[in-house]
Parts: sequence; C-alpha cells; structure tokens
Amino acid sequence: MQIPASFDYVRASTVDDALALLDRHGPESRVVAGGHSLLPMMKLRLARPEWLIDINELYELDYVLRDGNTLRVGAMTRHATLLASPEIFRLFPIVADAERVIADPTVRNRGTIGGSLCQADPAEDLSTVCKVLRAEAVIRGPGGERVLSMDDFHRGAYETAVAHNELLCEVRFPIRPRSGSAYEKVERRVGDWAVVAAGAAISLAADGTMDDVAIGLTAVGVAGTVTEAEDLLRGRHPQEDLFLEAGRLAALASKPIADQRGPIDYKRHLADELTRRVLRRAAARAAEAQEG
Amino acid sequence: MQISMSINGTDITEEIEPRVLLVHFIRDQLRLTGTHWGCDTSNCGTCVVLMDGQPVKSCTVLAAMADGHSITTVEGLATGAVLDPVQQGFMEEHGLQCGFCTPGMMLTARALLDQNPHPDDGEIREAISGQMCRCTGYATIVRSVQWAAAHPAVPEELAENAGEEVTA
Repeated sequence: MQIPASFDYVRASTVDDALALLDRHGPESRVVAGGHSLLPMMKLRLARPEWLIDINELYELDYVLRDGNTLRVGAMTRHATLLASPEIFRLFPIVADAERVIADPTVRNRGTIGGSLCQADPAEDLSTVCKVLRAEAVIRGPGGERVLSMDDFHRGAYETAVAHNELLCEVRFPIRPRSGSAYEKVERRVGDWAVVAAGAAISLAADGTMDDVAIGLTAVGVAGTVTEAEDLLRGRHPQEDLFLEAGRLAALASKPIADQRGPIDYKRHLADELTRRVLRRAAARAAEAQEG
Repeated sequence: MQISMSINGTDITEEIEPRVLLVHFIRDQLRLTGTHWGCDTSNCGTCVVLMDGQPVKSCTVLAAMADGHSITTVEGLATGAVLDPVQQGFMEEHGLQCGFCTPGMMLTARALLDQNPHPDDGEIREAISGQMCRCTGYATIVRSVQWAAAHPAVPEELAENAGEEVTA
C-alpha cells in the first residue's frame, strides 16, 4: 500500500490566499492542483512536503478566453476542459491533438495545464506544445507578476523558474493569422508516457511561404525547439522534400536514451517520421486557416 | 482534520489524517467496499468513483480534497432494489467475469451516459480507456453499456428479478 508521508493540509480560496500560505509555510510547502503527478510522487516518498496547499478552489484560474491576439488560459484549466474547448480546437489544433493522448479521460478530469507545465517532466506533452506555440507563462509571487517565455520557464527536467513562493497563474498563446499546428505521439498504450512525440506550428505569409515554423520533440532530450530544421523551412513554400529534410535534421538533433520504451535507433526513427507527419498536417491546417 | 461530504446522497462528517487517500477513506473508514483498490498508481481504474458526477481515480485523490464535494460509489448506483440500467446491462450482456474492474467500469459508464445518452462503440471504448479489465472482457463491457443506453429505464420485469437477486 502506497501512502504519502504525513503532512498538514490547507485549502487556498484565492490566488492571494495561496501566495500568502506559500510565503507563511516556506520551501517545505507545495501546492497541489489535479494531484496526478504530485500525489504519486508523495506516495513513493519522492516528494515529502510538510504542508500541502490545495488550489482546486481557485476557480478564478479556470478559464479559456480570447484577449485581442492572445488566447489566455488559466493555470487551473483541466485537460478535459481544454479538449472540449471549441476556441482551442479552432485556433490551436495542436493542443487538441495533444490533449487526446495525455493520460486517459479519467485522469484528464483532474489534471491541469498549470500542473503539467510545473511538473516539467521531460516526456510531458504540453511543454512541447507550449514551446512550439511560443507561449508565455504568467507567474505571480510576492513581488508581483512576471511573464516568461517557455525557454525561460523550463530550467531542465522537473525544474521550472517558478520559485517556492510563486504560482503559475496563466499561459498565454499568441494568435497568428494563416497558421496551423499539429501534434503526434507514439505511446505503448493509453495513459503511458510518449515513446517519442513531435509538435509543429507553421504561419504562412501572404505569398504562401512559411513565415514562421516551430518544431518540438517530446521525450528525446531536446530542451528548446529544433532550430536547425526551422531555419531550413523559414521563408520557403511548404513542400514534401523540405519536410523530409526537416525530419532528418530533427532526428539528428534528438538525444534519446535507450529504455523500456525502446532503443535509440527506434526513437530516432520516430523523431524523423513524426516530425514529417506534423509538418504536413500543420501546413495543411495553415493553408485552410482563416485570418485567426 | 474534519471533512464533510455527500456519499451516495447521504451527508457525512468524519475525522481523518490529511494523508488518507479517498479510496481508503471510502473502503476502510466508511466500509463501502464496493469501490475496489487496485494498482495504486492511477493506471487501472478499478477505484473510479464519481466526484460531482465526474469519474476520478480515488487512489490519486486525497479524502481531504473531496471535502465539500459529492461522491458516488457503486453502492449509490441502484435506487433501492432497482438496479441502474448500467448494472442491469452488465448482467444482461455478461459484462463481468471476475468482477474486479466492474465498479469502476460501471461508474464511468454512468457518467458517459449522463453526458452522452447514445454513445457509439468508439466513444464507449474511449471513455473506459483509462481502465483495465484483466479478464479482457472489453467486448461484453461495451455491449453492456450499449444495453444500458438502449434501456434508460430498466424494464419492470427485469427490475423485479434484479431486486430479488440483490437482496438474496
């Protein structure tokens, strides 16, 4: 039987309340959102917070709303809510692609976008999605609010820029005209982590060339995006031979390790193949997209 | 700490340690052993209960997090001696063999039918994709849920029979 070590539990009612509690209880306190990463770690005693601050009542952080050319998503928005959002589906199909394969439907009822990003697991899907969409993280703390790019937000495996007395409150996605995006993951079974996954976003200029391209890989040790492949594609028209070369470059940039999910060669092959597939889909979606 | 919640429509207040998981609270403290405890890692789904009508894996929810919420366990599906159509469907279509996954499967099915009264087989398979039947009886589970969808109210003659079996 797996039971967490003892802790004290307190429920926060607002963001300010949560920040005050974090400040009062210090570095040995942790916030819990959906709990589907933290509670398993506490059961295995990989995490032993002395205080658990439950933020599930921060309904003020559960929203998807458009604000000019930005889509703002509250950190407590559940995976199930993101998957059901017509606005997300229309503007950022990559999010819907990824959400369909994150954990399973029951876990998606609890897990949140903020929790996924803060867990910063190297095999976590939304981290790649947010990088590819050039999203920003809005963090609040005693000193006020700061807004970070995903590159600055992610410090490494299981490590983010969020300090112990801060809270990730919002993720901001820039809305671009004539853009499309896609995500594809190979997993051994429903609910497992990715063997490898890839995500891509493409914005088209008026002449049909690729204004901006972002390519991300999950679970193969690539911290940022695959800039070598992005540079190759930028300014060119979407076409198959370019996507083939981009796939090859993505596989080269990947640094997979051999584990129970597969050997290195297989994972490199997947990085190549999945990159090509998401580029094709993202380009097709960009071609169909309206002004945004 | 003290927590209060509605369990199968009954309001309860209990004293717990904050680290107690909802599944153990339900089984060991409330003695509602219909909720099963399986993998302990939120993979198998036999511990699924409904929290405010949504399926959740109770091995990965603290009892403290359920404070103030409404929980439905498999014991709350039937109305008196009348089985929920999902329960009747599992009987009619042989939806269980060993029965270990059954409580979680039935609660997920109930939540699915509440949202989508006429799911296709793919939607049923998607809904239960976070749950495992180690007898591998998925085909009959899907048929059982389809039976429930086709019989939103259990026919009277079956309801009476079911009542006898439940009380026997």
